[in-house]
Amino acid sequence: MALSGLFLVVFLTQHFVINLSSVISPETFNSWSHFMGTNALVQFALQPVLIFGVFFHFIMGIVLELQNRKARPVNYVQFKGGAAAPWTSRNMIITGLVVLAFLGLHFYDFWIPEMVHKYVEFAPEDPTRYYAETVHKFESPVRVALYAISFVLLALHLWHGFASSFQSVGFNNKYSKALKGFTKLWAVAIPVGFIFIAVYHHFNQLPH
Amino acid sequence: MKLTLKIWRQQNAQAKGQMVTYPIDGIDGDMSFLEMMDVLNNELIQKGEDPVVFDHDCREGICGSCSMFINGEAHGPDRLVTTCQLHMRKFNDGDTITIEPWRAAGFPVIKDLMVDRSSFDRIQHAGGFISINTSGNTQDANAIPIEKEDADDAFAAATCIGCGACVASCKNSSAMLFVSAKVSQFALLPQGQVEATDRVLNMVKQMDEEGFGNCTNTGACEVECPKGISLENIARMNREYLAASLKG
Amino acid sequence: MALDSKIPQGPLSEKWTNHKNTIDLVNPANKRLIDVIVVGTGLAGGSAAATLAELGYNVKAFCFQDSPRRAHSIAAQGGINAAKNYQGDGDSIYRLFYDTVKGGDYRSREANVYRLAEVSANIIDQCVAQGVPFARDYGGLLDNRSFGGVLVSRTFYAKGQTGQQLLLGAYSAMNRQIGRGKIKMYNRHEMLDVVVVDGKARGIIARNLVTGEIERHSAHAVVLGTGGYGNVFYLSTNAMGSNVTAAWKAHKRGAYFANPCFTQIHPTCIPVSGDHQSKLTLMSESLRNDGRIWVPAKKEDAQAIREGRLKPTQLKEEDRDYYLERRYPAFGNLVPRDVASRAAKERCDAGFGVNKTGEAVYLDFASAIERYGKEQAYVKGLDANDAALVKKLGQEVVKTKYGNLFQMYEKIVDQNPYETPMMIYPAVHYTMGGIWVDYNLQTTVPGLFAIGEANFSDHGANRLGASALMQGLADGYFVLPYTIGDYLSDDIRTGPIATDSKAFEEAEKNVRDQIAALINNNGSKPVDYFHKKLGKIMWNKCGMSRNATDLTAAIDEIAALRDEFYKEVRVPGTENEFNEELAKALRVADFLELGELFAKDALTRNESCGGHFREESVEEDGPQKGEAKRDDENYTFVSAWEYAGAPKDAVLHKEELEYENIELKQRSYK
Repeated sequence: MALSGLFLVVFLTQHFVINLSSVISPETFNSWSHFMGTNALVQFALQPVLIFGVFFHFIMGIVLELQNRKARPVNYVQFKGGAAAPWTSRNMIITGLVVLAFLGLHFYDFWIPEMVHKYVEFAPEDPTRYYAETVHKFESPVRVALYAISFVLLALHLWHGFASSFQSVGFNNKYSKALKGFTKLWAVAIPVGFIFIAVYHHFNQLPH
Repeated sequence: MKLTLKIWRQQNAQAKGQMVTYPIDGIDGDMSFLEMMDVLNNELIQKGEDPVVFDHDCREGICGSCSMFINGEAHGPDRLVTTCQLHMRKFNDGDTITIEPWRAAGFPVIKDLMVDRSSFDRIQHAGGFISINTSGNTQDANAIPIEKEDADDAFAAATCIGCGACVASCKNSSAMLFVSAKVSQFALLPQGQVEATDRVLNMVKQMDEEGFGNCTNTGACEVECPKGISLENIARMNREYLAASLKG
Repeated sequence: MALDSKIPQGPLSEKWTNHKNTIDLVNPANKRLIDVIVVGTGLAGGSAAATLAELGYNVKAFCFQDSPRRAHSIAAQGGINAAKNYQGDGDSIYRLFYDTVKGGDYRSREANVYRLAEVSANIIDQCVAQGVPFARDYGGLLDNRSFGGVLVSRTFYAKGQTGQQLLLGAYSAMNRQIGRGKIKMYNRHEMLDVVVVDGKARGIIARNLVTGEIERHSAHAVVLGTGGYGNVFYLSTNAMGSNVTAAWKAHKRGAYFANPCFTQIHPTCIPVSGDHQSKLTLMSESLRNDGRIWVPAKKEDAQAIREGRLKPTQLKEEDRDYYLERRYPAFGNLVPRDVASRAAKERCDAGFGVNKTGEAVYLDFASAIERYGKEQAYVKGLDANDAALVKKLGQEVVKTKYGNLFQMYEKIVDQNPYETPMMIYPAVHYTMGGIWVDYNLQTTVPGLFAIGEANFSDHGANRLGASALMQGLADGYFVLPYTIGDYLSDDIRTGPIATDSKAFEEAEKNVRDQIAALINNNGSKPVDYFHKKLGKIMWNKCGMSRNATDLTAAIDEIAALRDEFYKEVRVPGTENEFNEELAKALRVADFLELGELFAKDALTRNESCGGHFREESVEEDGPQKGEAKRDDENYTFVSAWEYAGAPKDAVLHKEELEYENIELKQRSYK
């Protein structure tokens, strides 16, 4: 879990940087997106690894949750979980499943059309199409709202998950405290950034 | 003070249990929680009912026998105490107190509030020792100096009393804090290095076989641990485990 | 039968070595054919079980707790003595031997004590090799502290949890052997009888506490490491389950019981708070390194404190009576336990006690906090005249030394001992008496051995602090494994012991009958009622100060209480389930017999020695006026009692104590 989680954190950072470029410069965004979408290494080496990472992370998450439930066959009548551990750490399965649902939407929105576009229809490549397509997706306020809610839950997921990964791989020394601070900051900053990008594009729709 | 107790009653391991309510009066703030249970039990005996069974022995917070889940928390609402050191002054007149046994697949209920923690022993049999003969023909105790900080950390880990509050408080019923405390104690000492690889692999394997859940780092164990065993031990064990796995 | 202590010939310092060189051994292949039962898994039983298994014997170990790790040795706080002389302060094997004999008020066996001192250093080596995390100094070497009754620093410690760390060490050694299949562990089993076949101990009857099943277990030898009987007083620092049953059953099967009245009343325990009290909590003797004991010098101040009108911190220095420092200038607050306890009782009886019940004295850390604080201020280059800063620094030092004890005190008493002095009072802690054993730790029943607190031990009439852990581990790791071989060497051709013999049948029937009688008794009073009543008799009449009138009364009162117990006790539930009341009833039944023998022993010994103080035997004049007066002419012996029906009919056998290396002197700590 920890290793796949850390890998996904790296991916998310990279994703965020590219998305952020859409706010700053449509040209940069287009060129980076084009690179990511057409580079063979990215498409045929990194992309499968990423897909594997995502699947591994959520399947293992669900397996662990099932094992953990089995480890307590009879539940307590009264269990004050909140007295000893924060909500985020106790509800990774909820925040995780919401993020997973969002990923479904996200695949439906972006990734599947992309794949169809490139590998099914073999449509001619237009290195400038990405920006317009992306911005267009954020036209619907419902979608933006869903997007925002998902990222709030992702933030909650990361609030525990990012720091937890380091504990799981055994990182614990004099830098731990600083690192923990960084992970918390990151866990909030990145999702808020994503939400900002969505909201920005929503209110800056291109003229039809 | 007057209290209402809701206590888990279960005749034996096979029987189905249930919560039973008992009113109790005349409880003094200076009583320990177990002394309050003694009062209840003596009343039950005089009424011809079966007393409530619970594990207890030293009543000074060190043997690790007592194991009650009180008002939703292991060893009750106070911190850094076992149930036997929890005093009734932490409660108020008129309170309702829920008392349950530890709940975990690795700790099956024997009767009422008493559970079977022999899984903890079996984990220790798997590697919780240094293979040194007790012949007395070892080298002088001061032959290997040990940095004070390491010795102190090893001691802190070794103060685990094996009560199982970590498992009981963990939403996953994970035994990682308990196992890591022993692994850490030896990992921090030069004497423990020789068998380090086998120790961590064997103990973790046994822990998994006993049906404990997985650690998801919620940190509840550390908060509820009556001895304040630190989460650092879990990180250390993870490190040891990773290194041992790579080494094979 | 005449008592033969089997002390080896030769000079004191060579006895043990010579003995080891000449006793019979069992060859490794034959050890596999021999079974040994070890009852009790504390420091003595645990270490013995591990070592015997490692030597190759097949060990069956029994404990009534749910795991060997919970034996009450775990609660020992302060430390373990060893003649390592790491501090270079003049310690030696001889000095540890001398201090122990003197501390025990010259009522222990020279040869045994010398052997104990001799192997003490090995214990520390052994434990460090096992990974026991003793306290260390900044150079990485082992640290020491001082305990009562000695003038050197020889106590090794692990904060206030030394017993825990040593027990977990022995437990880990056991775990290794359990993992190898050499120890078969029986948790939640209580031994209810010893089985003697043809004059030799050949097994035990045990009850599975979970299922109630009565089991027969056979072996070529039986070892009892079942601890002391302090719970005969009901309130003590022992665990709730600590009991005399195993030792008492052995006594009834022919093992002599030695010096039952030698009880240690520990001076620094948290005072009783009310009738609901189920046990007493010790505050380690190590606290007397830094705490000063006092009561108000004026009765009216003590009265005001008891009524809550005055706080101890408001009392001026000249209005305090540091009575130990006043009476014993040489040892001050570090006098041995019996002396400190009696002094506290004397002050409280005189009306100077400081809590609601009038039975408490102060243990004050204010001057230690100031002293350490100033030292720290100098070291850190801060202002040593800033009182608040000095207090804060000093409190930090005290916290690192005794943090867990202070926390425990605060949880129980609800007062902050960093700010106000602790209240303490003596409480029953340890029993020096126990089953009589010879030099080989064998009882008067061949094949039955007793180790640790269960035997009458090496501590004479008073045990020095930090010596119980030393004795338990010495017996288990380094003495019994040698001496038991001498006995077992005759058993290599015996083969497995059958459990269907008459002796087993008879023993099992006895146990079943006793259980049935208790379960079917239609009484009305819970077991605790009788136990508490017994405790009151013991404490009031056989406690810190004893006299012939009280002791005689106690014998009759205990016998009467025992009759009432069998008529009136109510044991709910059945015998075929986990039934704690039944287990308690079986234990209290034995305490009710032991208590009577205890009183009889105390009555017979008309001298004051160590923890046994007879009001009839006091120094009448001279500088020692009012101190305990030992009578060497008439009582330099071990009282070994042979069971003969009712406890008061027990037959006294005397083992005369011969002192060849130490001159008997008045024990002076002034």
